[in-house]
Amino acid sequence: MSSELPGASELVIGGIITKPGNSLEYKTGDWRVLKPVIDQEKCVRCRLCWIYCPDAAIIEVEEEYTNKKGRKYKISYKVNYDYCKGCGICAEECPVNAIEMVPEYEKKR
Amino acid sequence: MASLGIVKEVKRPKPLSTNSAIAYATKDLDVDVVSAYPITPQTTVVEKIADFIANGELDAEMIHVESEHSALSAAIGAAATGARTFTATASQGLALMHEILHIASGMRTPIVMSVAMRALSAPISIWNDHSDVMNARDSSWIIYFVSSAQEAYDTIIQAFKLAEDSEILLPVMVSYDGYVMSHTIEPVITEERDDVLKFAPKRPFSYRLDPDKPVTMGPIADPNWFYEIKYQQVIAMEKALVKAREIDEEFKKTFGRGYGIYECFMCDDAEALIVAKTSYATTLKTILPRMWEKGYKVGLLRLRLYRPFPVEDFKNILDKVNAILVIDRAISYGAPLQGPLAMEFSSLISREDLNLNLTSVVAGIGQRRMIDSDFENLVKLAWESRTKKFDKTIFYGVRT
Repeated sequence: MSSELPGASELVIGGIITKPGNSLEYKTGDWRVLKPVIDQEKCVRCRLCWIYCPDAAIIEVEEEYTNKKGRKYKISYKVNYDYCKGCGICAEECPVNAIEMVPEYEKKR
Repeated sequence: MASLGIVKEVKRPKPLSTNSAIAYATKDLDVDVVSAYPITPQTTVVEKIADFIANGELDAEMIHVESEHSALSAAIGAAATGARTFTATASQGLALMHEILHIASGMRTPIVMSVAMRALSAPISIWNDHSDVMNARDSSWIIYFVSSAQEAYDTIIQAFKLAEDSEILLPVMVSYDGYVMSHTIEPVITEERDDVLKFAPKRPFSYRLDPDKPVTMGPIADPNWFYEIKYQQVIAMEKALVKAREIDEEFKKTFGRGYGIYECFMCDDAEALIVAKTSYATTLKTILPRMWEKGYKVGLLRLRLYRPFPVEDFKNILDKVNAILVIDRAISYGAPLQGPLAMEFSSLISREDLNLNLTSVVAGIGQRRMIDSDFENLVKLAWESRTKKFDKTIFYGVRT
């Protein structure tokens, strides 16, 4: 990866950042070992994961969902994997265990 | 008078200590911010600057801080806005700044700092040696050792021009002997502010903190970025070697005084050299002519620019002699040679495959008295070392 990045002579000196607001370009999601996966069927749309996420990586989307019992939700919760660091707070706080932390990479044998 | 257009006004020297000479240099450079904490034997530098500000001779912001750690931190903030920034310290003060030294150079803030060198505690010593600056040698600061009040004045001017060069942007330390120089009055010619500013115009850092053009300074750099940013400092240091020499030459053309980035005194036909800096070099200059009359053909290599180290120049000088004796005024405890400067010369000799004897001498620790007869002994030792190898560091003048 590092060979694709600019060299010392191409970088602004002293690590100075000349473009404000560029933290969005810094994808912190690649720190993750475990990723949260939301089971839309179990999810009761309580919004607790959205509230607790320290990285604002849970996103509320206007996406309708009807579960097997016929209950219709107007919104859904998704994970922004670009910024989710995999801390697992959402899974811990979810009152209905709708979020599972699964390994980011399969174990290689 | 100059207005008559015939006779140029003769510059009359002022009687100044090195500390005062440095304060005059900051006034003539029109520094914008001075952030400092008093410490012996540096204190009179900033006292004099405070006088200049109080008298309206210098329009600068003097920041009184609670420690040297804060002094340099405030200086970084000031320099980051593009202000011409100065600070001064010594000994424990420089040690307390240590963390911030690396931040100043890493953020590439062109601060100039004078250091009235003093021993480090414990036991407490307010007297002169070089342990404070030698302790800070790897902090990516450009380091000068100066030998007179006049050279201190001139070097502060050169230092700002070097630090603020867009190719360099590294902080500079101008070091000299505490008390022996800091409090000794010598004749010093000072220059007109207009001339000094013409030589060293203010060139605010292009990436300075500016609300209209926001930047972030001193961010975190993960393992993908940190190494390249530190490597930029390596390159800037290499460029500083060339630039420092050019600036000194330009200074000589402008003001008639030049020093070179090092000085070789009585080096022609010398068979051995003594490497010394600051006041020891000046004393040796008075000793060497009479030692030559007695047959000791020993020259003096006076170190002026220490970081970056003038490797190529020293290599050529060392190539012509049979022996060098390196005087260190700091101890590198437990090192292969306990003289830190001797170790650098030793590595230069082996790396360049030079064939000469090196003798490491530690002297003047905590300002242990060194008078003419002591320097004569060292000249004789340097002479003897042409044919005799001293493997261990010699602790000159210590009671064992």
